[in-house]
Amino acid sequence: MLKIENLHASVEDKAILRGINLEVKAGEVHAIMGPNGSGKSTLASVIAGKEEYEVTEGSIFLENEDIDELAAEERAHKGIFLSFQYPVEIPGVSVTNFMKTAINETRKSKGLEDMPAKDMLKLIREKSELLEIDRKFLSRSLNEGFSGGEKKRNEIFQMAMLEPKLAILDETDSGLDIDALRIVANGVNKLKSKDNAVIVITHYQRLLDYIVPDFVHVLYNGRIVKSGGKELAHELEEKGYDWIKEEVNA
Amino acid sequence: MNKYTEDDLREELKTKEYEYGFYTDIESDTFPIGLNEDIVRAISLKKEEPEWMTEWRLEAFRAWEKMEEPEWANVHYAKPDFQAISYYSAPNSKPKYNSLDEVDPELLATFAKLGISIDEQKKLSNVAMDVVVDSVSVATTFKKTLGEKGIIFMSISEAIREHPELVKKYIGTIVPQKDNFYAALNSAVFSDGSFCYIPKGVRCPMELSTYFRINQAGTGQFERTLVIADEGSYVSYLEGCTAPSRDENQLHAAVVELIALDDAEIKYSTVQNWYPGNAEGKGGVFNFVTKRGLCEKNAKISWTQVETGSAVTWKYPSCVLKGDNSVGEFYSIAVTNNHQQADTGTKMIHLGKNTKSTIISKGISAGKSQNSYRGLVKISPNADNARNFSQCDSLLMGNECGAHTFPYIEAKNKTAKIEHEATTSKIGEDQIFYCNQRGIDTEKAIALIVNGFSKEVLNKLPMEFAVEAQKLLEISLEGSVG
Repeated sequence: MLKIENLHASVEDKAILRGINLEVKAGEVHAIMGPNGSGKSTLASVIAGKEEYEVTEGSIFLENEDIDELAAEERAHKGIFLSFQYPVEIPGVSVTNFMKTAINETRKSKGLEDMPAKDMLKLIREKSELLEIDRKFLSRSLNEGFSGGEKKRNEIFQMAMLEPKLAILDETDSGLDIDALRIVANGVNKLKSKDNAVIVITHYQRLLDYIVPDFVHVLYNGRIVKSGGKELAHELEEKGYDWIKEEVNA
Repeated sequence: MNKYTEDDLREELKTKEYEYGFYTDIESDTFPIGLNEDIVRAISLKKEEPEWMTEWRLEAFRAWEKMEEPEWANVHYAKPDFQAISYYSAPNSKPKYNSLDEVDPELLATFAKLGISIDEQKKLSNVAMDVVVDSVSVATTFKKTLGEKGIIFMSISEAIREHPELVKKYIGTIVPQKDNFYAALNSAVFSDGSFCYIPKGVRCPMELSTYFRINQAGTGQFERTLVIADEGSYVSYLEGCTAPSRDENQLHAAVVELIALDDAEIKYSTVQNWYPGNAEGKGGVFNFVTKRGLCEKNAKISWTQVETGSAVTWKYPSCVLKGDNSVGEFYSIAVTNNHQQADTGTKMIHLGKNTKSTIISKGISAGKSQNSYRGLVKISPNADNARNFSQCDSLLMGNECGAHTFPYIEAKNKTAKIEHEATTSKIGEDQIFYCNQRGIDTEKAIALIVNGFSKEVLNKLPMEFAVEAQKLLEISLEGSVG
């Protein structure tokens, strides 16, 4: 699904990622953990194709295709989805309208006609039920005045609507209370299949109780310094990151 | 990888071209350039006007000669040479047609290019159109349907001949000849425009629409519109404007007068798309327009405008709320790009008791343009319990444009309630990336964000017009990609 080779990336000439290697296969869930400033969100943005980040070395392959030259929207069309840590507000654009545009633009890129209104409604109904979203919510302006929890739930709703191959959840657990966390995690789990993959970026192992990872990686100073199974997350929760830093710096 | 920065966005915006920039080769009957009493007389004569109308024009001309072009607006331009303009230009075919079959095919092709095929309009949108190309009204449709309800909808030249009593009674009562420099000029030389009268208690069954277009080089367009809604009547009136692209500046100085008698309602919507000049700021239309409406008791006037065109815009559709309980509304979207300058807003003059006004203004600036909102809310001493709500939002794209707000408030009655809100925001790279990540390209993302920003105003437009207005916003702001 996703293969990252020796990825170096910088923003404003400041190197942030310094040689990432990662392979995510279809059907897998990977967790990326690490202390603040280690480059977790940067990695998510670089995979998604944010233009401020310059890839100085290395490559990203999606299903064996080098996507380095592709614009963010083209990567989205190919099935990359990023659940944002801080979703932006777009006043006056309803969640429904935004999703309709996103789905139809993706269809257009594949040479398909717009989705018939009937199907769109059905899809919206189905996915909003999955995430226990009130229909009234869907007519509100995108993220405007949303609580932290609503924003995150809305991100996962969008993921459900777009059915990506690779979903990257960037700190989706932050700002969620325990009930919202369960709903969101439940949604993600229901969407998981043998054909798609999920990368969960998180500080805490809390979310990983619900979305159980096959692999856990620790990012530090722009490199993956340790990988392991789900038990690594528990170890980090108990001992913090200092021992990892010591190991690396030793 | 697509490194799309704000700089690219700005570049792209700069390269946008005017989509309606074509010129139809129709033979025109054009007056020599220059303005004097003889030209004014000649216009009046050409239009077979009665003596009182000629005199009215001359009175305006004499006043105009003594007036100075105003300089208080936040716009800078080389003043037009009023003696270098031809004040009359008419398509050189038969002046009037009974059916579309008689219309010059080339003219119909022009309409097709504009995307306003009259035929289609007739069928699809239930809109009666009075199309003004340069100065003469070419086709009025639906006249018969309207006639059955006693509604008069025709060119103002026709109205002067056929309904002189109505024209004489109302013309210049809302915007007097001497009101301002451009209004005086218009009163002297107006070549055509629309006239509309809705009888007592009649609800006009369709949207009335006029499409203005400047075709001939070096001509000015001075149309005059007069809408009278008699007691208890209702009308929704649409006005659309385009002009072909030309290097020289073309002048457009229109006057619109609305009269809403007791319990009447007028909705007046404009989509203005005059040629804004090229990316270097050369050419474009000077749009100096005076629009004003009078509300009698319980009457209501709504101005809705989407302004994307013109090199320089100077326009303040206003409401005089004379009658008790009357309501004035102003909903505006003004888009400026490249070197465009817009100084636009409204005046709400509260004279009657319990009068209410609402102002929603959305300014969108891109390129090196300057976009100003200028509004006056005036509460006179007798206007007990007057209320006003104003909201002025500005959206900026890039770092070289400007947004300005000049709200004037004069309250002379202690019971007045006036609220003013203003916001300024910028389309952020984060917003664009968010859309990109969902599969929406930058061009579409900007359209989405701008439409969202403008939604409150777009919602006020009649359906067919709203679609066109949305398209115009996209054309005005997005680069010609590819």
